[in-house]
Amino acid sequence: MRHLLIIAAALFAATASAETPRDFLTRFEKEAGTAASAQRGARFFTSKQGGEWSCSSCHTDKPTQAGRHAKTEKAITPLAPAVNAERFTDAAKVDKWFRRNCNDTLNRVCSAQEKADVMAWLLTLK
Amino acid sequence: MKKLLPAALLLVALTAQADSYSLPKHAAFEEECGSCHMAYPPQMLHADSWRAMMGDLSHHFGSDASIDDKRRVAITNFLLANAGGRKTGDTRDAQGKPLLRITQSARFDKKHREVPAATWQRASIKSPANCGACHTRAAAGEYSERWVQIPK
Ligand code: HEC
Ligand code: HEC
Ligand code: HEC
Repeated sequence: MRHLLIIAAALFAATASAETPRDFLTRFEKEAGTAASAQRGARFFTSKQGGEWSCSSCHTDKPTQAGRHAKTEKAITPLAPAVNAERFTDAAKVDKWFRRNCNDTLNRVCSAQEKADVMAWLLTLK
Repeated sequence: MKKLLPAALLLVALTAQADSYSLPKHAAFEEECGSCHMAYPPQMLHADSWRAMMGDLSHHFGSDASIDDKRRVAITNFLLANAGGRKTGDTRDAQGKPLLRITQSARFDKKHREVPAATWQRASIKSPANCGACHTRAAAGEYSERWVQIPK
């Protein structure tokens, strides 16, 4: 019984950290209750929404290339999963950065719809 | 002569070690505090400063740097254990609040007296907090003169 529990826990841990970028699109679409739009995602990502920054300010408007933090100048590896296999593989990390970066660019959290749109767009980039 | 060379090299290595700010690895600190900028050496601020900073990560120099409680506590403990002591100099601002910026400490001013004001504004540097622009081995905790190169 003990062994089974440990195996179950290990399995759970393994699945929890083994997310793929598509899983996030599926999850955000489900939360939003509607289909995502890559076009809307591109517009959202590249334009300012009243604040000082857009997502592009740090991730560039072509996130297949490396970015640079708008304030500190630190290099940021590309966000598009097609060119950076480390992106969108860990739910805790993805949720943390959506929370922080949306607060910094919009002064609020992003809606599930906005996150789904961004995901859909990033997944089209090659 | 052949024997002197290794001895000289050893001496150089030892002196370099003396003002190195390197530390044992701490994965959570490096990941969380090295994502938006380089991970600043804990020795450069007083424990009071780190405690104050870690108490409000949602409003971190105009950025949201919030993290989960478990990591926040672990990183805070690491910072406090390695914080600078008296050598950090004056650790409070004019209002008596803990200083949050290394770059506003008296010690930082003293060490950078010879850097002209205009240099900090260069596009290649942008901010005094961008240590790595001039200290080419800052990421490894190495700030000695040998590894300083001010970009144009
Ligand atoms: C002020 C700079 C800045 C802005 C503006 C910004 N980001 Fe980021 N973003 C970062 C940094 C820094 C990281 C983490 C460093 C890294 O992982 O390379 C990051 C990481 C991310 C991640 C983590 C992905 C993963 O799995 O690794 C996502 C998602 C993200 N950003 C989305 C956005 C979105 C959406 C916006 C606009 C609402 C945005 N960012 C605006 C700086 C920024
Ligand atoms: C979401 C991005 C982000 C994260 C995460 C982050 N910081 Fe910062 N930090 C900043 C920005 C932006 C500044 C201001 C930089 C400037 O003025 O050039 C800053 C400045 C600082 C400074 C002052 C630098 C100076 O001027 O002397 C310290 C110290 C600091 N951060 C420590 C930390 C610690 C410790 C952590 C981890 C708990 C952390 N930071 C995580 C964005 C971040
Ligand atoms: C504009 C370039 C520049 C930037 C940016 C910069 N420094 Fe320096 N720093 C220097 C110069 C020049 C010296 C003097 C070197 C010497 O003569 O010892 C120095 C000296 C130092 C020293 C003393 C080294 C010694 O051996 O005595 C420390 C410590 C230091 N800097 C830390 C920092 C930290 C931490 C940051 C970022 C928060 C920073 N510096 C940002 C240029 C810079």
